Amino acid sequence: MASRPFSVTDLPGFATIAIVAFVALYVPILTLVAYSFNGATSVAVWGGFSLQWYVAAWDNTVVQAAAMRSLGIAACASVLATTVATMAALGTTRTAPFRGQTAIYVAINQPLMVPEIVTAVALLIFFAAIKVATGYTGLAYLVLAHTAFCIPFAYLPIRARLEGMDLSLETAAADLYASRWRTFRHVTLPLLAPGIAAGAMLAFVISLDDVVITEFVKSAGQDTLPTYMLGQMRRAITPETNAISTALLALTVLLLTAFFILTRKRD
Amino acid sequence: MTRSAEDQQRAETTRRNWALSAPALLVLALGASGPLLIVLVYSFLRPGSYSGVEWQFTTEAWQGIFLTRDIFDGTLGWADAHLTIFWRSVKLSLTTTLLTFAFGFPTAWFIATRPAKARAFWLFLITIPFWTNLLIRTFAINEVIRNEGLMNTVLMKLGVIAEPIRIIYTDTAVLIGMTYVYLPLMVLPLFAAIDRFDMKLLEAGYDLYASRWQVLRRVVLPIVKPGIVAGSILVFVPSLGAYVTPRVLGGGKNMMIGNFIELQFGQGRNWPLGSALSMLLLLIVMVALLIYVRAATKGAPHGGH
Repeated sequence: MASRPFSVTDLPGFATIAIVAFVALYVPILTLVAYSFNGATSVAVWGGFSLQWYVAAWDNTVVQAAAMRSLGIAACASVLATTVATMAALGTTRTAPFRGQTAIYVAINQPLMVPEIVTAVALLIFFAAIKVATGYTGLAYLVLAHTAFCIPFAYLPIRARLEGMDLSLETAAADLYASRWRTFRHVTLPLLAPGIAAGAMLAFVISLDDVVITEFVKSAGQDTLPTYMLGQMRRAITPETNAISTALLALTVLLLTAFFILTRKRD
Repeated sequence: MTRSAEDQQRAETTRRNWALSAPALLVLALGASGPLLIVLVYSFLRPGSYSGVEWQFTTEAWQGIFLTRDIFDGTLGWADAHLTIFWRSVKLSLTTTLLTFAFGFPTAWFIATRPAKARAFWLFLITIPFWTNLLIRTFAINEVIRNEGLMNTVLMKLGVIAEPIRIIYTDTAVLIGMTYVYLPLMVLPLFAAIDRFDMKLLEAGYDLYASRWQVLRRVVLPIVKPGIVAGSILVFVPSLGAYVTPRVLGGGKNMMIGNFIELQFGQGRNWPLGSALSMLLLLIVMVALLIYVRAATKGAPHGGH
């Protein structure tokens, strides 16, 4: 105590606990990443560095199909969610309070408040009825479900960006006789673009990560990467699962880094 | 502008705002909120013979959550198995919330008191696990705590233990797993609250001869309370409905409400009971959220938001 100057913000033991927490957060993740490069066939022993599990996962046609499905659904859902969320954000920000505004907020944030398992069984029941009625069992159900729960994640950064935007530029455009659409196209949209990109990325990550809702909504043969991995887990963890996890982890980190760079440009 | 023209313009803006929000609301109605109403309806129906439901009104499913009819003499008794699962879920979720707070508060404090540049780095470190797939994080903690996992291997190599400690597929494993996966959810709102906290108040406290503990308890905690409540809700709500973590780390036996609900839609083939359980879970969550809103709107002497 005597060796260091007294700092008002220091609380005894807090830094130690914080470091323990950070170590505890990263050790399991790094272990998983390390094991994905394990050369041994068993997950229990270390058999030297090898890329064999990445090769195995890459050559596995089931994994390929699941990966394509995951990316496809995430792409569709993020584009759709971002589009409708952008419109909703334009309709709910920078306006005098209007009738029903709170109801819209609640509806948009609803997927964040309801436990995922409840939404999952609700969609299971609902889509089961539609499947019986129409006979359609395609991927549209998954896209619709993913779009719905991605909406709040797309909406939040877009709304934040809109709220921080200077209205005077748009007023200036209107003063120069730009039509509403031209003002939107040439003034609002370019200013809003980083927010939209950030929202789309979050939506993409969220869709890519989902396991519970997908597990309940999917029809036979519609596994995404996470539901495939969960299914594998039923038997035993395979080093291949670790390789897929690490690949997904890398993709998430990449997208998040991009997200941070995009949102930082704000000021 | 005349009064009526102003009204007319306001009405037009409202209409435009609703039109812009309509597509999002439609998707949500079909893909989130609407189906919840169907679950409510299903919870008052009779189970179908194979699966699904028969359209006949009954409150049996709701009673079935708490009561069970003896198959031999037909007498009603408490549904012990269901109550055990509920109790386990509530207990594990509350303990998870407490543990994430115990680790999360010092962590959030640590990040918030770093110099600006270092703070961005620590914050980024906490964000990566936050956005990493929950399933992957569950696999990751599984790598550490399973019988041949990192923890047992290291402890055995060091000679601390002769036999692996078996915690996988126990409630302890589920608790460790949930604390691990939900820790970032606690840290982020706590950080946001502590970041707004005026550190000058600490000096004022010390000047008035308060001990560190007194300052923490009487000055810091009351002011950052909204963050504490937000973090607790963010951890408690998903913990209570957790599905993936108990399934992977708890095995088949250590179920929580989420797994039990799934069971009713799978092997159990009792959709009304599953629906009633889902509605009850939702009800508990809504009550928790209500408490949150109450606690967050009052008791923020520093202005809050």
